[in-house]
Amino acid sequence: MDLENQKRVKELSEKYGPENIVVVLGAAEGEAAGLAAETVTNGDPTFAGPLTGVQLGLKVYHVCEPEIKQEVSPDLYDEQVGMMEMVLDVDDIISEMTSIREQYCKY
Amino acid sequence: MNSVIKGTSYILAHAPDMVIHNGSTQTTERIVNPNSEYLVKLPSHIRSYEDALNYRPNQTYIGNMTPAELGEIPQPWYDKPMENGPRYGKFGEIMPEDEFYMMMQVCDVFDLVHLEKGFVADVKPRFTANPVISEDIAARIHDGIDISEIEHFVNEEHAEGLYYQDKLVGYVKRAHDVDVNLSAHVMHENLVSKASSVLALLYVVKNSGIDKSEVEYVIDCCEEACGDVNQRGGGNFAKAAAEIAGLTSATGSDMRGFCAGPAHAMVAAASLVKAGTYKNVIVTAGGCTAKLGMNGKDHVNKDMPVLEDMLGGFSVLISANDGVNPEVDTDIIGRHTVGTGSSPQAVIGGLVAAPLARAGMKIPDIDRYAAEMQNPDITKPAGAGDVPASNYKMIAALAVKQGDMEKAKLATFAKEHGMVGWAPTQGHIPSGVPYVGFLREQILNGEVNTAMIIGKGSLFLGRMTNLFDGISFVVRKNAGAAQAQEGGVSKAEIKGLIAEALRDFAASMME
Repeated sequence: MDLENQKRVKELSEKYGPENIVVVLGAAEGEAAGLAAETVTNGDPTFAGPLTGVQLGLKVYHVCEPEIKQEVSPDLYDEQVGMMEMVLDVDDIISEMTSIREQYCKY
Repeated sequence: MNSVIKGTSYILAHAPDMVIHNGSTQTTERIVNPNSEYLVKLPSHIRSYEDALNYRPNQTYIGNMTPAELGEIPQPWYDKPMENGPRYGKFGEIMPEDEFYMMMQVCDVFDLVHLEKGFVADVKPRFTANPVISEDIAARIHDGIDISEIEHFVNEEHAEGLYYQDKLVGYVKRAHDVDVNLSAHVMHENLVSKASSVLALLYVVKNSGIDKSEVEYVIDCCEEACGDVNQRGGGNFAKAAAEIAGLTSATGSDMRGFCAGPAHAMVAAASLVKAGTYKNVIVTAGGCTAKLGMNGKDHVNKDMPVLEDMLGGFSVLISANDGVNPEVDTDIIGRHTVGTGSSPQAVIGGLVAAPLARAGMKIPDIDRYAAEMQNPDITKPAGAGDVPASNYKMIAALAVKQGDMEKAKLATFAKEHGMVGWAPTQGHIPSGVPYVGFLREQILNGEVNTAMIIGKGSLFLGRMTNLFDGISFVVRKNAGAAQAQEGGVSKAEIKGLIAEALRDFAASMME
């Protein structure tokens, strides 16, 4: 995850409390989504950014996961995400994200 | 009348030592984690020049393989090298690092670059043997200096060292004692960009056959900024490169838009020529040192060679309509506007579907699409996927969503309307434009009639806006050429008839 984004996630978590933050990802692949999810839960796995060794344990979802989809009006979702839903390997993304949440999510 | 694409050039420079010393992933790692395992392992993953020559995506970039031929080789490609890969191709060349340092030296007009004596003696004959290095450029080579002087500047005066095969062979010194905008690091980065742009300019002149004095304007579309503390992005890379390339009748300016820069510049150049403001405009860009080894950690972790060891450059000559070369159709321009939105669906809608709809066309009506042509060999191991394939999937999905195409054709869309990626991940370099050289040939030989070139840029990286950006344009067969073919007489046939008449005339004179 981009170093500046790590910094922003860290600052927002400190300001509002980690229990009140949900991170929504838009990565195009399961592996990339998993790495970003790991960064905001267990810390930066590349040991490069501000979240290195910081286990925030945030709630984190990909925009294509059902938990997010059901929060959004179907028309808006179709207009904004429908095309990508057709393109992405949603099952792979869900499985990566679920695995990371089960291991590291604290909330 | 629309302007035409009269010539193109594509060049690479192998930069393995710059991966280690100048790539931002490595320079950041040395600050944050100087004893990291990555920095220890990195040197054993650096490719030789021969490996870079034998790497098929590089050979595709300079025109020795077509994207279709590359696509037939199963991925990954790094473990399937070709044999005796040539240095020169029809679009340009792959310059070795030592000669590229000399290119930087000849492009320096402020006495900032110096090379070691023995190094100069060794490299100069090879550098000057290059067909594009004219006498005026060769005359700019300075005599080398003692290694002790180089060591002094690197160790005491904050100069950036130039290394070849891990040995110090020169330096780029700072251009100001205090101003960070003129630091050795920035001057090095900018001189690399300038030198690779100059090389691309020299090749586009050679490839198109244009007289240098006929080039009126140059637009640089790289992602660097040159200037000092009072005007940090003042410019002008375009004019600076044109000077060294000998384009004495040209002026120019820089156009920026992150990775979308080249597409913006192409539209601007095509419009300037169509308006009659200039007859010949060159769009050009050099390469970027910061992006060398950007995904090096993933490549090393996966026990691969570090594939981001190439600096890229390209130039495209846009000229007044000659009735033959492919036209840039400025009536079909896709724009990602401030109000478009940043979801991929909105982006593809604005860049692809909307301009075609305005022209009464559907997505499958365009023969070929070229968006972000990044080499998947580089991006897939880094978890960024196959970028061109993702773009084709998105365009195809949108075609299905808006009823332009049956869902059953989703899987074959990329094969029919796209190609594999081959360009180095140098930001602006892969962005649509690597295909323009092949496209020009494919249109001229009748293989393709229309193509859409799409540039996309991540503006948010500059922290001035959260907006995304993009622009697209359509290139099509020249209406004049199309008419000549429909009329049953092609231009070549007309030329043949004239030649025959002249021969008859000459024969009658001899009698």
